Amino acid sequence: MSNIEKFEMKLSIEKSKDGRRGFRFKRETLSPDIEDKYLRKEEPKLPQMSEIDVVRHFTRLSKLNFSIDTHFYPLGSCTMKYNPKVNEDTANLEGFASLHPESLEECAQGILEIIYDAKNRFCEICAMDDATLWPAAGAQSELCGILIARKYFEAKNDCRSEIIVPDSAHGTNPATATMAGFKTINMKSNNEGEIDIDTLKKTLSPKTAVLMLTIPNTLGVFESRIEEIVKHCHNNGTLVYMDGANMNALIGLVKPGDFGVDLMHLNLHKTFSTPHGGGGPGSGAILVKKHLSDFLPIPIVEKNEDRYILNENKPKTIGRIKSNFTNTGVLLKAYTYLLMHGAKELREVSQNAIINANYVKSKLEKIYPAYAKRYCMHECVLTPPKEMMDKGIKTLDIAKRLLDYGFHAPTVYFPLVVHEAIMIEPTETENKETLDEFIETMIKIYNEAKENPQFIKDAPCDMPVKRIDEVKAAREPNLRWL
Amino acid sequence: MFISNTKEERNEMLKEIGVSSFEEIISSIPKKFLNPRFNLPEALNEMEAYNKMKELSAKNKIVKSFVGGGIYERYVPSVVKHIIERGEFLTAYTPYQAEASQGTLQAIYEYQSLMSNLYGMDYSNASMYDGSTALAEAIKACVSISNKTRILYSSLINPKHIDVVKTYFANSKNYEFVAIAHKDGQMDITELREMIDDKTACVVVSNPNYIGIIEDIEHINRTAKEKNVLSVCYADPVSLGILKTPGGAGFDFAIGEGQSLGLPLSYGGPYLGIFTCRKEHLRKMPGRICGMSVDKDGKRGFVLTIQAREQHIRREKAPSNICSNQALCALSVTVYLTLLGKEGLKELSIINHNLANYAYKKFRSNGIKPKFNKPFFNEFVIETDTDPLELRKELVEKYNIDPGIELSRVGNEFKDTMLVSFTETKKEEDIDKLVKAISESITVRK
Repeated sequence: MSNIEKFEMKLSIEKSKDGRRGFRFKRETLSPDIEDKYLRKEEPKLPQMSEIDVVRHFTRLSKLNFSIDTHFYPLGSCTMKYNPKVNEDTANLEGFASLHPESLEECAQGILEIIYDAKNRFCEICAMDDATLWPAAGAQSELCGILIARKYFEAKNDCRSEIIVPDSAHGTNPATATMAGFKTINMKSNNEGEIDIDTLKKTLSPKTAVLMLTIPNTLGVFESRIEEIVKHCHNNGTLVYMDGANMNALIGLVKPGDFGVDLMHLNLHKTFSTPHGGGGPGSGAILVKKHLSDFLPIPIVEKNEDRYILNENKPKTIGRIKSNFTNTGVLLKAYTYLLMHGAKELREVSQNAIINANYVKSKLEKIYPAYAKRYCMHECVLTPPKEMMDKGIKTLDIAKRLLDYGFHAPTVYFPLVVHEAIMIEPTETENKETLDEFIETMIKIYNEAKENPQFIKDAPCDMPVKRIDEVKAAREPNLRWL
Repeated sequence: MFISNTKEERNEMLKEIGVSSFEEIISSIPKKFLNPRFNLPEALNEMEAYNKMKELSAKNKIVKSFVGGGIYERYVPSVVKHIIERGEFLTAYTPYQAEASQGTLQAIYEYQSLMSNLYGMDYSNASMYDGSTALAEAIKACVSISNKTRILYSSLINPKHIDVVKTYFANSKNYEFVAIAHKDGQMDITELREMIDDKTACVVVSNPNYIGIIEDIEHINRTAKEKNVLSVCYADPVSLGILKTPGGAGFDFAIGEGQSLGLPLSYGGPYLGIFTCRKEHLRKMPGRICGMSVDKDGKRGFVLTIQAREQHIRREKAPSNICSNQALCALSVTVYLTLLGKEGLKELSIINHNLANYAYKKFRSNGIKPKFNKPFFNEFVIETDTDPLELRKELVEKYNIDPGIELSRVGNEFKDTMLVSFTETKKEEDIDKLVKAISESITVRK
């Protein structure tokens, strides 16, 4: 680590000096010609810095981050694969970047063609019939999907009020159900981390609108009885929603539509390689079978002979879910990735993702017991060994020590059903040497714990900051400069 | 395509895993589903993919545009583009591991500071998807706080935003959305006062409103408060370089579309939903929040905080399912505002307003009537006396000018009108050309 991280990082406002400027629009001073009662009374407290100060401030900040470009980032369920650089260039092309969302259709034929083609490709990859690309993220996709389900039942005059969510699901699933006006029914999975068919049968009721299912689930396990699950749901008139956040395990290998799922979402920022940007923007897609097509959000991109058009005349639609299409710039990156992947290349993605995860699992489970004993899909869930726990070392401590060694921590304490979970998703783009280094480091931490457990509990010691006081942050909120 | 391991390495790894083939690993997947046929085009290499995208981008037509309506063309300083393309920002995840994410976290803290200062509010979250979803979440928060079901909104809010709000309420009949009429382009406050009843959760206004006019937000908020009703103000952040802040006017929630702060138009996104609130509503605020704290040695550090509200902890009881923010867009806006500083923002704000003023006078002197005679910020409505969509198509075709947006969505009275909008990217000569083109076309049509 270079000494740049050792600088005391000041806030931009603390570097501000009256009269300093970083950017100028006009030379002369101007005053507005607006009645006083409409004007602001106090100036906003914005920093005043020169251009180089601004550049240095943010460049130094960037150096305090771990990222895919600089570090192995095995964050389970997040699919931190390499983000191809060409995606950035294509998304920034003038013809895309400078197009206003209220542009006339005839000015937007290129982007509409992309949206139309991307939709078809996603449907082909997943064996679904129709799609919308408007959701801005995975969570918004879920909301869109569940609103579609709601509208479907309303149209049939079938009042259903409940959604079944397995206990291994992402927290977004139950929150989504509530947002869309449903009651969440939590369902326990069995010891193998799969859905228990008897429990499912008992949980299904005439009120069950949807089963929300993550495939492979958050334990990295494929629901081997998927056909039965779907059959029982459909016999009950219940729709099967697939949370496709983990599609990186299946892409090119199987098509979810073949299992019988009625609707599903894709996270373009996971499976289709768009960068996470420090927490967003993402981009999502909802894919549906024919019987749900009428309910998709407007506008619909359609092809009329050689021309692409936006159709808003869809009486059964759930409505509009975002005012201006989608995070189009993100979609463009995903589309560029799609162009570079045919069927063969997509299959290589899931195959390598699965092999990498199983390799890490097979090497580490001798020390860190795996929750599910069988082979995993694209990620595995491990736990700290008893010897470490006995010394008071928790998953969090291991995660923090990994940072000292230059590895981003895996996802920790998720899924909730596993005590002290360590969830590792290496992705297909990492090579064996990196995985070996990571494995060796995990073993090293295990050995360190034997000799000096306190040291692990104090980790990290070699990062820009040590562990942050989270209780203070929550109890005495300091969320802005004053 | 982007896979690192060689065939030999893969075989070695399979051996280590203890299987003779990949198929053995995935034996839990029913065989009949494996290896389906795909009807997909052959993969392109990077150069081919880039060229294909370039071809497709050329099928879009970029013209001199006076189209606004809440989304504005801006000059984006080079610094902004270079900073946000840094891989350390671009390819990082949500800052769960605070010690490895101080860069992203501090940037979010600075973003929250800039937004709360700009809007004159107590707190800002780390951002939402866009202005429309931020509006929907703010109204949801009001409904949750007040436990009431009637929402009063200005009829001059972006109609697409109201669509999104209604979708977020699942178009449920349990909620009543009532549009408050306008009087000469501003919210009719007498009507507002009459419409507030016991069931009213909140009053929602946009400033400037969708047709560009500045509202008397202080009076609107006062009217809401007289009847103990919550208030939400949607405001364009650039206008706040000079206009009265929602916080100053006393609003409970203030939101906005952050695209206006130098994000590319990019046909709809990624943009930025600004979300700010007064102190007492902090625990009802959706989305990520970053806080300043100290580390074990007492050194300043940043961390995601007040997470007890969020879906990963509260699950079905969370106020929203949102689990990301538009972090990179928030960073972009933070760099933009830091570079501009308070002087730069004020300058930008005034330039936008002054150009619109110039255009207003120019239209009038050329016999084209603005529809209202009320103060506006950087856009206003003109009467076209003809189908505005046809006018747009003609001007795009003939002059490479897109003059503005038709407003039929707002209501029938706006049938033959157009919203024209002005930013620092246009010169006075451009405006002269616009006015000339419109007036010629209208004259011919008459």
